[in-house]
Amino acid sequence: MTQDTTKGALFIKATVLTLGALLLFAPFLFQDTRSLEVAARICIFVVLVASYDLLIGYTGIVSFAHTMFFGFGAYGAAIALKKMGPGWDAVLVGTLAGLAVSIVVAIAVGLLSLRVKAIFFAMITLAAASVALVLASQLSDLTGGEDGITYKAPQIFKTATKLMVDENGKVARLFGVKLNGKLAAYYFVFASCLALFVLCLRMVGSPLGTVLKAIRENEARAEAIGYRVVAYRTFVFVIAAIAASLAGTIYAVWLKYTGPDTALSFTIMIDILLMVVIGGMGTMYGAVIGATLLVIAQYYLRDLMGAASEALHGWPLLPELFAPDRWLLWLGIIFILLVYFFPKGIAGTISAMGARS
Amino acid sequence: MNQLSQTLGETLGRIGGVNLLPVAVGLIAFVLIGAPSSWVTLTVAGLSMGMMIFLMASGLSLIFGLMDVMNFGHSAFVSFGAFVSASALAYMSGWLGADSIFLNILALFLAFAAALAFGLVAGWFFEVVIIKPVYHDHLRQILITMGALIVSEQIILAVWGGAPVSVPRPAFLEGSWLLGDVTIEIYRAFAFALGLAVYIALYFVLKRTRIGLLIRAGVENREMVEALGFKINRLFVGVFMVGSALAALGGAMWAGYETLITPALGGEMMIVVFIVVIIGGLGSVEGTLLGAIMVGLMANYIGFLAPKLALASNMILMMAILLWRPSGLKPAVK
Repeated sequence: MTQDTTKGALFIKATVLTLGALLLFAPFLFQDTRSLEVAARICIFVVLVASYDLLIGYTGIVSFAHTMFFGFGAYGAAIALKKMGPGWDAVLVGTLAGLAVSIVVAIAVGLLSLRVKAIFFAMITLAAASVALVLASQLSDLTGGEDGITYKAPQIFKTATKLMVDENGKVARLFGVKLNGKLAAYYFVFASCLALFVLCLRMVGSPLGTVLKAIRENEARAEAIGYRVVAYRTFVFVIAAIAASLAGTIYAVWLKYTGPDTALSFTIMIDILLMVVIGGMGTMYGAVIGATLLVIAQYYLRDLMGAASEALHGWPLLPELFAPDRWLLWLGIIFILLVYFFPKGIAGTISAMGARS
Repeated sequence: MNQLSQTLGETLGRIGGVNLLPVAVGLIAFVLIGAPSSWVTLTVAGLSMGMMIFLMASGLSLIFGLMDVMNFGHSAFVSFGAFVSASALAYMSGWLGADSIFLNILALFLAFAAALAFGLVAGWFFEVVIIKPVYHDHLRQILITMGALIVSEQIILAVWGGAPVSVPRPAFLEGSWLLGDVTIEIYRAFAFALGLAVYIALYFVLKRTRIGLLIRAGVENREMVEALGFKINRLFVGVFMVGSALAALGGAMWAGYETLITPALGGEMMIVVFIVVIIGGLGSVEGTLLGAIMVGLMANYIGFLAPKLALASNMILMMAILLWRPSGLKPAVK
């Protein structure tokens, strides 16, 4: 494995560590609510993309149902918090319920369709995900339909909660940052996402990860050596589903709102795809880079495109193409070009640099 | 017992095998619905819906069968066809409203021709620019065609905007026929007739012409046909263009059927088209027709009998058929 010793690989690792440190100190470095929102979203998406990378990058199976599992986790927590009131018991029940549904569905889909070609699997997961989306908007008694569910998070995560008080009884400040419930919520998100990401990282480094790569490279040979390909594929599909479901629960607790747009919609799936390809398939570190780049682009690129659209005012069609809502158009084009010319994405391409020098 | 089921199976196979499935579904539904007049209306609706879905799905199935290329962006042609024909019809609204049935038909014909032409050109572009570099690489194919789908959806949003577009219908297709107490919408009958015509044309091209022979041979064993000196790649570009044009025509028909279309149309149809292709078996036109009619009938029957189940009916149908026949009803690809 020369990959770990190249200068490029070191650079990628350093970048990822820097990003991790930035996320760790995000509440102190960027002191406004929007930045904190962005940081939390990055944490969640790092987990989602890393677990998706297990499937697409390491095992070579394309699933379009990753948001479905994310949604199961989110809706599990949301429904439990709504019905049982804010409390850790509700979070626990929601997590377990979401996990149970995710595991059962993942096993069913996996066993039914992982035997067949990759393309069949992609189509079946796409169909399953669309059914989940329709169900979520139809079963409005349970899921709140298109409007989604708003609920309260556990007491400690409320903005009004004082973690520490100073001598005047007001909320204490550390480097000018209020030590309130919002901070606790952010660190809850950060710590759980870090744990899940490290687990994914550990998994690809284990013998299991090697088997998965073997299946990706040559299915028939892996089978011939004696690894049961279908069992391994189903297993990794279930693991990815569990990670996505947990990420969904964490996001639901952070956002205090769950609806089809935030938890189940197909745009999230497209975001994940873009992140994993831009970051680099089969690299794990690419998940961090891709998620960071794309989430920041989502929040800040629109402002930039709005300005460009204003500047092009008067031209035919051009302002439309640069309208802030059309940012996916440009990302889509970048995505296609990346798949053509840099199929390894940012992390993979840079890691390979300096390999021969 | 065993012998009985075997002879039963043979008899069924002789009269048509899986082709009888839609008939069986229709008969069961007839018993469950009870009222013959609503059954006829539902059946006609299901058949016409099935025919439109067949138009959209047949190209996808053939493309996969011939070249092992799965185009996840196929539904982009459906939505482009719908929007192009809607724009063309709106442009010729004077002719549509005119009393002369000749002008009516001409306007409709021109709108469909616009959609078809657009499908041909866009299909050529798609094949040569987007898909050709990633033959034989399924993972990148899925990713790239998905990327192309994103881009084309955004282009539709940029050109036509996000608001629903209403589609004018020619005057002679408005209204419905009354036969006793059965009402049949004229547009549905028209959609059925057009779909049937396309199927018959496809059938004849595939079964009776030299090109069709080559396509079928290519589906069966591409290397062998290439070894005999035929340029399958060039043939494939043609199949891709025709398949895309058929999808655009299907989209145009669907636009007239729905009369109000949104850019989400492509995404909605994509799932149905995939389900049809999986049910029918990849690579076979007959299988696709069978799958499309099954889906159309089921959607209408279940929508009437148990509206709550309607949204999951396609999924249940697909699960059931995959459990019974893992590679679809009439697969042409091994």
